[in-house]
Amino acid sequence: MAAIDMKNIVKKYGDGFPAVNDVSIDVQDGEFMILVGPSGCGKSTLLRMIVGLEDITSGDMMIGDNRVNDLAPRDRNLAMVFQNYALYPHLTVYENIAFPLRLAGAPDSEVDEKVRAASKTLELDEHLDRKPANLSGGQRQRVAMGRAIVRDADAFLFDEPLSNLDAKLRGQMRTEISRLQKKLGITTVYVTHDQTEAMTLGDRVAVLKRGVLQQLASPRELYENPGNLFVAGFIGSPPMNFVPAEVDGNTVKLPFGTVQIPQEKAAKAQGKGLLIAGIRPQHFEDASVMETAKEEGSTFHAQVDVVEWLGNEAYAYIPFEAPPEVQEQLTQLEKDLDGESMRTQLVVSLDGASKIAEGDEAEIWVDASKIHLFDPATGENLTVDLSHAGRIPGMDDPQAKAHAEQMADQGEEVHSASEA
Amino acid sequence: MSAVTAPAPPQESHKRPKADLSDRAVAENRLGQRLVAPAVFMMVLVTAWPMLQALWLSMFKYRLTTPDDREFVGLSNYVTVLTDSLFWRDTYNTLLIMLVTVGVELIIGFTFAMVMHKIMIARGLMRTSILIPYGIITVVSAFAWQFAFSLNNGFVNAWLPFFDENFNWFGGHWPAMFAIMVSEIWKTTPFMALLLLAGLSQVSEDMLEAAQVDGATWWQRLWKVILPNMKAAIMVAVLFRALDAYRIFDNIFVMTRGAQNTESISFLTYRQVIEQMQLGMGSALSVILFLSVLLLAFGIVKLFRVDLAQARGEG
Amino acid sequence: MKGKTGIGTWIGFVLIMIWCLLPVAWILSLSFKSLDETTAGSAQFLPKDPTLENYSAILENGDFTRALINSFGIAIIATVLSVIFATLAAYAIARLEFKGKRLVLSMALAIAMFPVVSLVGPLFDMWRTFHLFNTWPGLIIPYMTFTLPLAIWTLSAFFREIPWEMEQAAQVDGATSWQAFRKVIVPLAAPGVFTAAILTFFFAWNEFVLAISLTSTTASRTVPAQMSFFVGPDPFNPPFGQLATASVIVTIPVIIIVLLFQRKIVSGLTSGAVKG
Repeated sequence: MAAIDMKNIVKKYGDGFPAVNDVSIDVQDGEFMILVGPSGCGKSTLLRMIVGLEDITSGDMMIGDNRVNDLAPRDRNLAMVFQNYALYPHLTVYENIAFPLRLAGAPDSEVDEKVRAASKTLELDEHLDRKPANLSGGQRQRVAMGRAIVRDADAFLFDEPLSNLDAKLRGQMRTEISRLQKKLGITTVYVTHDQTEAMTLGDRVAVLKRGVLQQLASPRELYENPGNLFVAGFIGSPPMNFVPAEVDGNTVKLPFGTVQIPQEKAAKAQGKGLLIAGIRPQHFEDASVMETAKEEGSTFHAQVDVVEWLGNEAYAYIPFEAPPEVQEQLTQLEKDLDGESMRTQLVVSLDGASKIAEGDEAEIWVDASKIHLFDPATGENLTVDLSHAGRIPGMDDPQAKAHAEQMADQGEEVHSASEA
Repeated sequence: MSAVTAPAPPQESHKRPKADLSDRAVAENRLGQRLVAPAVFMMVLVTAWPMLQALWLSMFKYRLTTPDDREFVGLSNYVTVLTDSLFWRDTYNTLLIMLVTVGVELIIGFTFAMVMHKIMIARGLMRTSILIPYGIITVVSAFAWQFAFSLNNGFVNAWLPFFDENFNWFGGHWPAMFAIMVSEIWKTTPFMALLLLAGLSQVSEDMLEAAQVDGATWWQRLWKVILPNMKAAIMVAVLFRALDAYRIFDNIFVMTRGAQNTESISFLTYRQVIEQMQLGMGSALSVILFLSVLLLAFGIVKLFRVDLAQARGEG
Repeated sequence: MKGKTGIGTWIGFVLIMIWCLLPVAWILSLSFKSLDETTAGSAQFLPKDPTLENYSAILENGDFTRALINSFGIAIIATVLSVIFATLAAYAIARLEFKGKRLVLSMALAIAMFPVVSLVGPLFDMWRTFHLFNTWPGLIIPYMTFTLPLAIWTLSAFFREIPWEMEQAAQVDGATSWQAFRKVIVPLAAPGVFTAAILTFFFAWNEFVLAISLTSTTASRTVPAQMSFFVGPDPFNPPFGQLATASVIVTIPVIIIVLLFQRKIVSGLTSGAVKG
């Protein structure tokens, strides 16, 4: 068991493409760390550098007290679960799990003991003699984990392990992985593009974009205090709403009305002109189903376009117009998040009891104290509570972050040049 | 700040080639070269080196039976070959055999592939049967067909209507060529059919159903959907078979020994080198044969724009 | 449409079976015709009076049995060597980045379409110098070389289908490169290696040009070469029955291999011939 400390890690491929730009992440001993981001953000590359399957261009990779940059994978004593599990099809489940022990030359009695213990933990006992081809997706997943846990590895690494499972199984396996990690108390690094997995599994989550670390914080901190537009848009489902906003004193002018915000937030965003306000769908409610009007917050009237009723809750969609400066930033954000060009609309999460129907003019309540205000030029969150936001490289050391972003930009040029 | 960072990019681009040659890359490079070394050594020893030797020998008047009379003659062997009507006649024969056999095989092979693709039962039996001609020795195929066409002991004359029972298939140029081509086609159609079948199974059933819904007739589906989508497989099959047919030797050797003007260019080369021991002249023929095969391959690849590496999955 | 086999397909099926099997049936039938029958001329398909005399004659013919031994020995040794060399090369081509990779590929491609006849002269000359003329190695060396391209192609297609992750997982599990190759890649590639071996064997078993050019006696002459010289006293009336019998005998191994491994042969022949 050991801590993993990444210091200023850079990965540049042979063609000049920078996959990882100056990333520093400290994984504590026994911690469950998530690397999350859209495809191409460098999270898998980073994981493969930890395990030794990719060379590190510059920076230091420390496992425990040792610098492992130049060690071969087999000398790093890490266990990894691959996206496609990488089970050996010619070996039985038993031999698959035993494989690392056999390579290490362990005596048969020890192998048997450890394999049986692992298969018991993972409930694989009745499948030990079968070949991987005859197993279901979830069983294969468990065999892959079995192969990882039989070794006394210093850390577990997971590369999108659940992406090949269907939705129901994914939920079950998620719980299983979490339980196993808590039980073994082993340092774990887990790569995913799925924000639900990131939120539910991680002690801390590192959000990456284009190879640059955006924020490193606990799930709650990420949700409540996103450092910039990208993190705000990535974490949470349905995603945070972004609307144009202008601050005047303690009030914010939004497309559908003017709301009051707390004094300290308003102070931070004073006199910055046109801003982007971020409001989570959950911070709205149908005013008519609220028992008592809460003190904080305001209500407004809006025309509802579409309603999706899910039973326990409902999503209402309210279109609005955005000025071009804001529109441009939002389009770029959507691109960064791997999405299609977004129509400017508000997504509002309502109580299941709400009777609002499509086409209605509804009265909606918004919890204005939870509003965040972003600078449209830099994407920075102006109203972030830094004491509860983990580490945000862009705010701790803006110069280093800017340099990393510039490296990523160069990469885009390399790519567009090779495509042309 | 921009003044500080602006010079950085060129520096970094300088570092790239170095990053390229990390320890891992160096080790990988070395291992790769070591692994291919034995195969490359064999290929050089048995083909590249003899080919160079042929190039050298082709400049000499050199007969193995009288090695002391070896004399440098420059390019005159090539002049002799290229002005000899025998060479052009054999080239014509070879090209004719290639065009006819590949053309016929393409049609029969495609029909076979369609049948094998459609049929639901007895697939194993069919696959076994079609592999027998593929696996059988060419010499055996040549004997089987020579006997089938033979005057006294063949069944062909007896079975074919409108043919005189005493028709001698090996008594004239065209019938003899026909017999040779039948043996060649019989033996190699399975290869063609299997490659085309592989191509055919890549054409998705959904696409055909979509075409059917769009109102395409069977004929239109064949020409507008199936064939364009198996172009790669067709081209690979044609290329391999054409080059193979251009080297035809075994069938001619067994069935006619070149009689009735059925000699091919390979056969001519063989005769010069082995039977007449004319190593100089034979080497000139070898070089010309090799160059014409290269030219042919190049022509087919250019004509059909086959990316062989891509088609073979060598990306 | 699916699941129902139309009348046209059935006719096609019957025609294909006839096409493939008629000549085989023909030599089989011919092998049972007596010498008297073929000398007198026998235009009918089936023997009038089936006899085994050709079989006893051919199996007592020392030249033929010797050629059969040569054929087996040369083909098997060439196959084993070719597959070993090709496995190493194909692994490197499919998995590793190294300088000269394209050169190796183009070389293999060039050899695949090489006219064997154009090497007969120089090889004839070289082999006489190295005392390899009319010996087993004299045929084994060119056979294994000419089958290398096919074997390399087939094998690199197989190697490419083995997921990269498999090797990486082995490395993370603590394997050295060599252990990963031996314990994970080799077992997984075994079917591919076997397929390449079958195709290589077919080539060596079938080869004719070099077999008649680089041999002079039954010390190393293979069956196809021996058959072409086995014409008997009367060149205008070859021993039909005995040649047919030799043909049948030399075809038996082919049919056995086809029956046992038809799927592998087809997959090997078409591996990588179509995209995707």
